[in-house]
Amino acid sequence: MDEILEGRDPEYKYGFTSDLDMEYFPKGLSEETVRMISLRKGEPEWLLEFRLAAFAVWKSMKMPDWAHLNVPPIDFDDITYFAAPKKREGKSLDDIDPELLKTFDKLGIPLEEQKVLAGVAVDAVIDSVSVKTTFRDELSKKGIIFCSFSEAVKEYPDLVRKYMAKVVPPSDNYFAALNSAVFSDGSFCYIPQGVRCPMELSTYFRINAAGTGQFERTLIVADKGAYVSYLEGCTAPMRDENQLHAAIVEIIAEEDAEVKYSTVQNWYPGDKEGLGGVFNFVTKRGLCRGDRSRISWTQVETGSAITWKYPSCILKGDDSYGEFYSVAMTGNRQQADTGTKMIHIGKRSKSRIVSKGISAGRSQNSYRGMVKVMPSAEGVRNFSQCDSLLIGPDCGAHTFPLIDAANSSAVIEHEATTSKIGEDQLFYCNQRGIPTEDAVGLIVNGYAREVLDKLPMEFAVEAQKLLAITLEGSVG
Amino acid sequence: MLEIKGLKASVEGKEILKGIDLKVEAGQVHAIMGPNGSGKSTLASVLAGRDKFEVTGGSVMFEGRDLLAMSVEQRACEGVFLGFQYPVEIPGVSMANFMKLAVNQKRKYNGQEPLSAAAFLKMMRSKSEVVEIDAALTSRSVNEGFSGGEKKRNEIFQMAMLEPKLSILDETDSGLDIDALRVVATGVTKLKRPDNATIVITHYQRLLDYIVPDFVHVLYKGRIIHTGTKELALELESRGYDWLIKDYDNE
Repeated sequence: MDEILEGRDPEYKYGFTSDLDMEYFPKGLSEETVRMISLRKGEPEWLLEFRLAAFAVWKSMKMPDWAHLNVPPIDFDDITYFAAPKKREGKSLDDIDPELLKTFDKLGIPLEEQKVLAGVAVDAVIDSVSVKTTFRDELSKKGIIFCSFSEAVKEYPDLVRKYMAKVVPPSDNYFAALNSAVFSDGSFCYIPQGVRCPMELSTYFRINAAGTGQFERTLIVADKGAYVSYLEGCTAPMRDENQLHAAIVEIIAEEDAEVKYSTVQNWYPGDKEGLGGVFNFVTKRGLCRGDRSRISWTQVETGSAITWKYPSCILKGDDSYGEFYSVAMTGNRQQADTGTKMIHIGKRSKSRIVSKGISAGRSQNSYRGMVKVMPSAEGVRNFSQCDSLLIGPDCGAHTFPLIDAANSSAVIEHEATTSKIGEDQLFYCNQRGIPTEDAVGLIVNGYAREVLDKLPMEFAVEAQKLLAITLEGSVG
Repeated sequence: MLEIKGLKASVEGKEILKGIDLKVEAGQVHAIMGPNGSGKSTLASVLAGRDKFEVTGGSVMFEGRDLLAMSVEQRACEGVFLGFQYPVEIPGVSMANFMKLAVNQKRKYNGQEPLSAAAFLKMMRSKSEVVEIDAALTSRSVNEGFSGGEKKRNEIFQMAMLEPKLSILDETDSGLDIDALRVVATGVTKLKRPDNATIVITHYQRLLDYIVPDFVHVLYKGRIIHTGTKELALELESRGYDWLIKDYDNE
């Protein structure tokens, strides 16, 4: 297995930069920056107030250090908080910078509706702004709102005010406070009562500009009995500097509603010595507010130099159901501290956690999970499984599970395994004619199968390829 | 087909094979027997190319080429198949997927196009009939949760799929009840062709009730100390190894 120990540069095919006509704010973070963002976006007074309050909270907070991560100091004054391709008049595709269209074409996300994958509507976000949301008109016929966050603030202020920051308040954590102060765009989605969204909705996040942080918010609301499946993808150019991405995703599911949220996170991970890469500090949380509501998080995390992310569910409704399926793969010098929180408040609420960590190279990969049962929650069920797979002797896998049950009727199961890709498995594959690199890919994909099966078809294929590509860095 | 000359191999500095000579021609079945710890499984592993064993002397020619210079997967693609004593589990990977990759790797090596999904499924169905395994086995993860008998049958199924020139079956009979033993042996017999050869490594004579060998070799302390025909197996069954070993130990 000696060849597995030596890393080489992973093949990161999204590492290109685009030459766009851009507008930048000067670097630096102050109350003035926050006001400038709000002014530039022509926001109402209440939103500016919200931002300023969040900024005040952020200033009083300290960078969290409890995660199993080695985070170099971040100079928040050395970041550009707003960078946007210059707007042209009008809204049709003809008005978008052709270079921008080319960028998304190269990423496999064509913005012309006739070219788009059948049945997937896309909100494309580059740096600080959303540039195009496809299929808006078709969706609006069913009463579905799917647009950029900025447009939602202008066109549906009541809905935004009603739901925004109700699941993740600015004071929730350091990066949530930062995002609440300086967020520049993101996606908004509202599925009205009883509507089953006829296509997958998705947001594609792209960081392009150098020295720029990306701070976006996504807000998804599924009203009573509604259903939506949401996909998120992200990439960034290869750069020697670290770039900060601090996002918030909030989901609210009312009575009998169901939201599936799938992520394939492929931010630039840095080179094999750990130079560059995205720092990914994200707060994702769903509220199962209504009875029998369901929220399901599925994530495939292969990118970023540092990942700090715990998509969680607050199971408030009776008989509500929260799920978390995760594959987190780290190679070279990547670090990931990821997991979930399941907070059981409603009676007979259930949750299921399946976490598969894969560590290669010199990476560190941690699962951090919490299952909390409130005194009111009778008859709670939880099942957690967290598995770690190690490739080579220089990587680390860690698990930090926490169970906090304040109601004795809860049934909580936790299973954990740690395994290595065995020489026996590799030899078995080799003896059948399968070379080591393909064998490792096969074994890893098999190991992650349970999670990959939860992804929508096109995403599952993409994720499978991505795992194999990431592995090319660890198997020489 | 296979010519082993003076083969020596050691693991962690300890010499296990101390000079093996063996010649196998196409169309033949050879049985290698011997008490525990005599080096039978080591011989199988060395021929397949397992790197934890170090070859310290001798040569192995396969179809006129130096087998020891080839990688494990190259040997496999050239037509060397090892039926494992302890088949390995690969969770989450279906047998169908595993075999498709293996079959197509071999085709690629031989300059052939990969099989279409339909052609592959058809092949899988017909081969599973030959070796009498439940076709449902192919949709399960590789060896995961298989009973001992199912694992061994699955090895024979893979052998059928890959159509090797030389099959080395390492204690394929251990842990099998009589019905499973019959199925495995029948599979091996059915797969026998004038242009392929089989080396059966076994501890007991009973497998040889079903697979009739052309030659029986007794391996002891890393050497082949005696070679005979199928009657030797019967003699070993009734008399044990002591009479042979004694001769050898006294030498």
